[in-house]
Amino acid sequence: MTDSVVIIGAGQAGGQTALSLRQNGFEGTITLIGDEPYVPYERPPLSKSYLAGDVAEERMFMRPAAFYAEKHIVLMPRTTVARIDRAAKKVRLAGGTQLPYTELVLATGGRVRKMTCPGADLPGVHYLRNIDDVLGFRDRITAGLKLVIVGGGYIGLEVAAVAIKRGCRVTVLEMLPLVLNRVVAPEMSHFYTDVHRTAGVDLRTSTGVTAFEGDGKVERVRFGDAVIDADLVIVGIGIIPNVELAADAGLAVDNGIMVDECTRTADPDIFAAGDCSNHFNAIVGARLRLESVPNALAQGKAAALAILGRPEPVVEVPWFWSDQYDLKLQMTGLSRPGDQIIIRGSMAERKFSACYLREGVFVACQSVNMAKDFIQSKKLIADRATPDPAKLADPAIALRDL
Amino acid sequence: MKIVVTLPDDAVHDLTVQAGGSLMDAMRKAGLPVRAECGGAMACATCHVVVDEAWIAKTGRAGDEESDLLDMSDYRSGNSRLSCQIRLTDSLDGLKVTLQLDAFEG
Ligand SMILES: Cc1cc2nc3c(=O)[nH]c(=O)nc-3n(C[C@H](O)[C@H](O)[C@H](O)COP(=O)(O)OP(=O)(O)OC[C@H]3O[C@@H](n4cnc5c(N)ncnc54)[C@H](O)[C@@H]3O)c2cc1C
Ligand code: FES
Repeated sequence: MTDSVVIIGAGQAGGQTALSLRQNGFEGTITLIGDEPYVPYERPPLSKSYLAGDVAEERMFMRPAAFYAEKHIVLMPRTTVARIDRAAKKVRLAGGTQLPYTELVLATGGRVRKMTCPGADLPGVHYLRNIDDVLGFRDRITAGLKLVIVGGGYIGLEVAAVAIKRGCRVTVLEMLPLVLNRVVAPEMSHFYTDVHRTAGVDLRTSTGVTAFEGDGKVERVRFGDAVIDADLVIVGIGIIPNVELAADAGLAVDNGIMVDECTRTADPDIFAAGDCSNHFNAIVGARLRLESVPNALAQGKAAALAILGRPEPVVEVPWFWSDQYDLKLQMTGLSRPGDQIIIRGSMAERKFSACYLREGVFVACQSVNMAKDFIQSKKLIADRATPDPAKLADPAIALRDL
Repeated sequence: MKIVVTLPDDAVHDLTVQAGGSLMDAMRKAGLPVRAECGGAMACATCHVVVDEAWIAKTGRAGDEESDLLDMSDYRSGNSRLSCQIRLTDSLDGLKVTLQLDAFEG
């Protein structure tokens, strides 16, 4: 029987797996199944340029639709996989159709975490993960709109930046005392809080939403005794990895589908890549589930190489970016509370990097409008460099010269 | 308009593309194996091309920030550019570039 790879999930991890298989000479059948109506696309613009209306959908496609046909990659959009039968090596689609596989790749990503408070299902309460989510509210982001954003993570703050530019009246409600709390030091968090407030965002921390209220649609957002008016609510409070197919098939799941450094699960014919997977990262020295494009692409490629019998461990410094206003935030490594933080450059001039040392070892860098530090920090992190903190604080000394 | 892209494996692609977008978009749309991980956000440097000497005056050289990103590349040369930062205008009809190994979907 010729090799037949089935990929579940047509996001960037699934798309990359298919591209890398063909690019590296795979000659068997590739079937890429996804429940969305689009070819694999990039999500980052959804809360940035696409939300602002600056780019068309096609601009986000990893490859044009015709490419898949040309490369004999069978795309099955609008199709949900309901079950994996490992013993028979088949997947069952929601309609009942069975598809055999020789190798299976789970690239199922994640789904948005939903609000559970009263009124959460009122019309006008939106989430943001897909093109179709954005199309559900983008037209309404116009001058004068009272927009309430729940969640002060990247996505919420990026949406706030776009909406303020459009003349909306924007409120951001963050439950925790600090925005971007999961990933940055308090200094960085304060910086972004100031930037948003200066731009006109009513940003409130330590504010947990307790209810959405309104007559047939959302009109108010309540937090404890206080209430504010809202024409539209956008919730960005994180995602839940789509691990159920794997768990039901008896594969190990612990904050993501457990895979080795080459994306293989405990079943030698099943792989998992991207937001849905949990891998050991040798540079960070821990198991992780990353939610980033570079990780989705690196793991997608690794799955392809492993299927081709040329496994290569993913050894990548995690990195990520976020665009808000004129600020290009670029991050490498993973910081933790308790790390020593050293600021290079000038926060006032909006051009600086926050560098993180853990027991003297350079572990992370978050640069604002400092592309040079961003790109050079990757090597320091990979090398576990131990730079002199005094020199590190001097932006005149390039990171690579430390 | 036409552009000519040479891949690191020496394959030469003559492409007919639309003016207006970026060179990276055009290469991707043509199905070329360009990594372009950040999709043109100037955050990744995996869309690295070297512009043919005859065209560098017209495309211009890399700006400061672009240069900073390119500086870490093992394939950096004087004519290095990030293809997502080159806007395809009619004056670039016939443009010749070579995709660099760090931008090649291997
Ligand atoms: C608004 C937004 C902004 C972002 N900005 C950035 C950024 O600036 N930089 C960055 O690095 N990352 C960013 N990210 C994160 C990045 O987009 C993700 O890490 C990346 O998309 C993960 O890719 P993936 O293929 O693993 O998962 P996904 O993109 O989630 O793709 C999984 C696909 O599988 C489908 N699927 C799931 N289960 C099934 C099933 N049973 N049957 C069929 N199909 C199924 C899903 O519907 C989905 O289409 C952003 C994400 C969002 C939402
Ligand atoms: S595509 Fe990332 S810098 Fe050009």
